[in-house]
Amino acid sequence: MKNLTDLEKKINSELTTKINKTKIKHNQIYIEIDKEDLIDVLLFVKTNKDAKFRQLIDITVVDYPEELQRFKIVYLLLSHEFNQRMILSYYISEKEVISSITSIFPSANWMEREVFDMYGVNFKDHPDLRRILTDYGFEGHPLRKDFPLTGHIESRYSEEQKKVINEPVKLEQNYRNFDYESPWEGTKYIKEQVNTDDKKN
Amino acid sequence: MTKKIKNLNLNFGPQHPAAHGVLRLILELDGEVVEKADPHIGLLHRGTEKLIENKTYMQAVPYFDRLDYVAPMNQEHAFALAIEKILGIDVPIRAQYIRVMFCEIGRILSHILNVTTQALDVGALTPSLWGFEERETLMTFYERASGSRLHANYFRAGGVHQDLPVGLERDIAKFCETFPKVIDDLENLLTDNRIFKQRNVDIGVVTKEDALDYSFSGVMIRGSGVPWDLRKSQPYDCYDQLEFKIPVGKNGDCYDRYLCRIEEMKESVFIIKQCLAKMEKGPIKTFDGKISPPSKKEIKQSMEALIHHFKLFTEGYRVPEDEIYTAVEAPKGEFGVYLISDGSSKPYKCKIRAPGFSHLQSMDYLIKGHMLADVPAVLGSLDIVFGEVDR
Repeated sequence: MKNLTDLEKKINSELTTKINKTKIKHNQIYIEIDKEDLIDVLLFVKTNKDAKFRQLIDITVVDYPEELQRFKIVYLLLSHEFNQRMILSYYISEKEVISSITSIFPSANWMEREVFDMYGVNFKDHPDLRRILTDYGFEGHPLRKDFPLTGHIESRYSEEQKKVINEPVKLEQNYRNFDYESPWEGTKYIKEQVNTDDKKN
Repeated sequence: MTKKIKNLNLNFGPQHPAAHGVLRLILELDGEVVEKADPHIGLLHRGTEKLIENKTYMQAVPYFDRLDYVAPMNQEHAFALAIEKILGIDVPIRAQYIRVMFCEIGRILSHILNVTTQALDVGALTPSLWGFEERETLMTFYERASGSRLHANYFRAGGVHQDLPVGLERDIAKFCETFPKVIDDLENLLTDNRIFKQRNVDIGVVTKEDALDYSFSGVMIRGSGVPWDLRKSQPYDCYDQLEFKIPVGKNGDCYDRYLCRIEEMKESVFIIKQCLAKMEKGPIKTFDGKISPPSKKEIKQSMEALIHHFKLFTEGYRVPEDEIYTAVEAPKGEFGVYLISDGSSKPYKCKIRAPGFSHLQSMDYLIKGHMLADVPAVLGSLDIVFGEVDR
């Protein structure tokens, strides 16, 4: 469909219960679904003649460690035909296994491997689920929010053993993360003034 | 009696001149024919995305230079655009022209490197010598504008860091006059060269369908005959005010992709010329003191400017809660930034979508059934830079 609002209506009317929420912002359509409906929704938006989201741009995860449903899985899609972008997402908890979409988009293969590597999300029916970016034998999932920025191990060449060895990270000075965020929000009357001005504009 | 022949497993890389960086490619060979290719990447993984989550928006910009280090400013552009869209700020027109001009310079930088090293991979030495001289000139332009040949750190949300120094515009204009001659020389060496054609024509053919399925973008998809360029289809900054053509290939092989790159360089020169002609004096970054730092002169005179300066370089600017994906047409394809802000001065999540990642993924599909000697040719035409693949 030429228009994003038409597309939003179309998707909502065709898929009804499978769609939790839709919104249009920044000239993109955001869709929230349930984990179980992923394959159906993806097949629909890929093949339907009014959507034709033929290309998977990326798969990624957002980690919210405090939430019960910790991971937000995000699929970015692009329709060349109608020049539109879609952001599809759903939430899962830490132990849940999600279905792989490699049968629909072959390019999902490495993207899912990356998600597995970085966040430890497991995929069902993935042809080759190995780590991809981190080292052979790496432990942990670096992009999780509870993984420290400095990591757990460091490598060096050991003169005695004549090989590269891994050791626990030792830093002369610990990584310092200064909190510069000021709690200062401005005086009350100025803030009110700003707010009313904003409303006027 | 028939002898059973086992397939040979060959390690291509991690240190191999034709691997264009640190790629470990495990090839399964039946004689000289490649049966299977399994790229092992991540040898240059630096955890850019994790680092960005721990830095303010302004501090995150230099990490983008280090992704695709042959065209640094194109990456910064995607990040700057993402922040600008969330903050809803307008970029002054001069800054837009400067940014577009340097993006096109980046495109030429990247394409020269790719075309000439591809020639090098298939046995021609001269193009790389000629091409690198031009790259050096272009990098001095980078240096004069930003202070650094490679890691520019020049684009900011809301404009660019500094105005162009006196005389740079003139010198870039001069370059635009002489450079087309160099492209012609390169073409003389390569385009009709018998050996170059034998090594590239009908090698690594990508069909339209597969280009879509494998998430190809940039030259990889245009070489297969899909007219898709984000500069035209989803114009950002001032691209909609500029005239340029999108070269599209026919056969989707390595040779067509080479031709596309050559044509794109010519178009880039044309765009740079237009930018120079249309550029007028004016501001180069947004006036909003909460986002762009004040000038040295202002700091000496104004208390408010001093406060702004202090806040910007300690806390940084805050970006309201939002979720956005922005993409630019980098020389290698669609380079995107998926940014989640949480209202603080650091990104909550910043996923970088590198074109090379999905291109390299298709290595197995592209090389299956080809000869071992075709591996460097295909790898060369994929235009892989490990800075962005491994992130």
